[in-house]
Amino acid sequence: MNESVAAAQSWGRYPRYRHVELNQRWRFDPLNLPATPATLLPHGMGRSYGDSCLNADNALLHTADLSHFISFDRQTGILRAEAGVTLSEIIDLVVPQGWFLPVTPGTRFVTLGGAIANDVHGKNHHVVGTFGNFVNGFELLRSDGSRRWCTPSSNAEWFRATVGGLGLTGLITSAEICLKRIGSRRIRGQSTRYNTLEDFLRLSLASENEYEYLVAWVDCLASGKNLGRGILMRGNHDAEGPLTNRDAPPTIPCPVDLPEFALNPFTVGAFNNLYFGKHGKGTRQTASDLIPFFYPLDSVGDWNRIYGKRGFLQWQCLVPLGNCLDTLRRIFTDIARERSASFVVVMKTMGDLPSAGNLSFNGRGVTLAVDFAAAPKVFELLDRLDTIVVEAGGKLYPAKDARMRPEVYQAMYPAWRDHERWIDPRFSSSFWRRVTSQ
Amino acid sequence: MSDSQPKRIAVFGASSAIASAICRRLATSGAQFALVARRQEQLDVLVADLRIRGAAASFTHATDLQDSAPHPQLVADIAAEMGGIDVAILAHGILGDQAAAAASFAETRQVLEINFMSSISLLTELANQMEAARRGQIVVIGSVAGDRGRQSNYVYGTSKAALQTFCQGLRNRLTPAGVGVLLVKPGFVDTPMTAHIPKGPLFVSPDRVAADVIAAMGGKKDVIYTPWFWSPIMFVIRLIPESIFKRLKL
Repeated sequence: MNESVAAAQSWGRYPRYRHVELNQRWRFDPLNLPATPATLLPHGMGRSYGDSCLNADNALLHTADLSHFISFDRQTGILRAEAGVTLSEIIDLVVPQGWFLPVTPGTRFVTLGGAIANDVHGKNHHVVGTFGNFVNGFELLRSDGSRRWCTPSSNAEWFRATVGGLGLTGLITSAEICLKRIGSRRIRGQSTRYNTLEDFLRLSLASENEYEYLVAWVDCLASGKNLGRGILMRGNHDAEGPLTNRDAPPTIPCPVDLPEFALNPFTVGAFNNLYFGKHGKGTRQTASDLIPFFYPLDSVGDWNRIYGKRGFLQWQCLVPLGNCLDTLRRIFTDIARERSASFVVVMKTMGDLPSAGNLSFNGRGVTLAVDFAAAPKVFELLDRLDTIVVEAGGKLYPAKDARMRPEVYQAMYPAWRDHERWIDPRFSSSFWRRVTSQ
Repeated sequence: MSDSQPKRIAVFGASSAIASAICRRLATSGAQFALVARRQEQLDVLVADLRIRGAAASFTHATDLQDSAPHPQLVADIAAEMGGIDVAILAHGILGDQAAAAASFAETRQVLEINFMSSISLLTELANQMEAARRGQIVVIGSVAGDRGRQSNYVYGTSKAALQTFCQGLRNRLTPAGVGVLLVKPGFVDTPMTAHIPKGPLFVSPDRVAADVIAAMGGKKDVIYTPWFWSPIMFVIRLIPESIFKRLKL
């Protein structure tokens, strides 16, 4: 059975649960099921922030051993790999050969299976949509022993239920994706300081055609006339340039939990002021290797420990474009008033391409992601913010969530009830039990 | 690819986590492999993965290494198909169940057959092949458990201690022929072999061990502990007088 007692946790380290931990050793092995009646949830790198990668008092199925590449056509950029292969390993393999991930989230330390199950998005969402749009197919292994190769056209209902399906429809053992051709690993662009939310929206929308990658860093402690101020980063791959990088930046470890008082409104405010002030007014030209451009936080190993033992929450919403300024103003005002420390705040416009999954976090609008230490008053604040998002017709990102109420989830994802048909009877997660409880 | 990198690598126990991690690192410099493991479907997965990571077209041999009768032919076949063996890695083995081994000699014999007898059978063939070729390097995955017998795993430890003594003698014999013998002593490694053991802070990934092994191969080392901190730990453990050690709960 390979039962292990290592303590798997999610990236936010909140909540913490006990699990039976199992390993799927080979992709052709039968599913490594726990003893009945325990349920199972596939678990990759544990980079989901809340409880969507947890299965309290039940089993987690680690996919770390499913780490083999299966095929790679360097002419067409079509890659087939096992589900436990990380995006980092894919980058190391394909970038020197002139290919890159078509969509990448803000960390490369996630698995291919996890990227599909959460239908992740990146800085180019406004151009290409979510990760699922580049998945040619995957094998789905169910607890009844059945194996299906699912594509957008065959086993299509399984495909739509599994992309963004939060790992509940079965184990993805392997998948085929279509990579993006690049001429260089250098990203060239601009960073522009802006002072108001209106400026953010105007600049972002005006940049969508010209720039593939767009994201803003926001000073969420700023209030009044500075509400929503930040720095908008825009970039494109250089047409020509280096594909290999011999001096990769080292990872700085964060080996201990910082004490809970380390992050407070004063330290975060000082950091934000310094960062915002250092940039200077107006626009700067930038050129960067793709690793620091896409994954600035990956350079600090275990950065989640800066929030201390209690863990932290990330809250990521998507609000429709129509009334987004008004909605974002209400959200930022409430966050600034609480002075709940957070410096990892990013915001970007999302595009209108449809997603491949029934439950994907997707849609035209503005997405905002904010980190908070898991303190009691933060839970009250986030409940208020949820209400604002529901009223605006927006949604929250399940991969980041550890605490939204069931009625909030069900209002945001009305397709959830249909999803229950596709869930494997032996699969479940803490997230799913929480948001579907009555 | 630089000339100092090994080109033709024979791997016994290729499906083991440590061997896999070593192969992946060597594949990026274009090495060629002959992989030996029990199941062909595992070998197919491994060889496709290594090819994509940069390995030259490689060979597979599905066989149970516990049966030593086919070993001479196996080593000869591998040497023939690759045109020689630059490096041989011995990574097959089992942890065994100490409680079962304590109760039954049959279980003890099983651990010794796989971890020790089958290894010295292969080592005999490989040593003769490399001594004649007057080149090559043999890498044997041992264990810190071979440094001192403890009640919790002395059967496994015995197999690794025997392997260590055999390797010492082989190294002494092969040095004039320019053939190296590297004994690797990992501590706790997070692999399927240890999946049932609670993970403490001393556990490391197979890739960490692989990085140390490849550095030691390049440095023509004789014995390494991996990670390095096991060297002082085992130094202290070996120093404890037996009159005290025998009373410890280890």
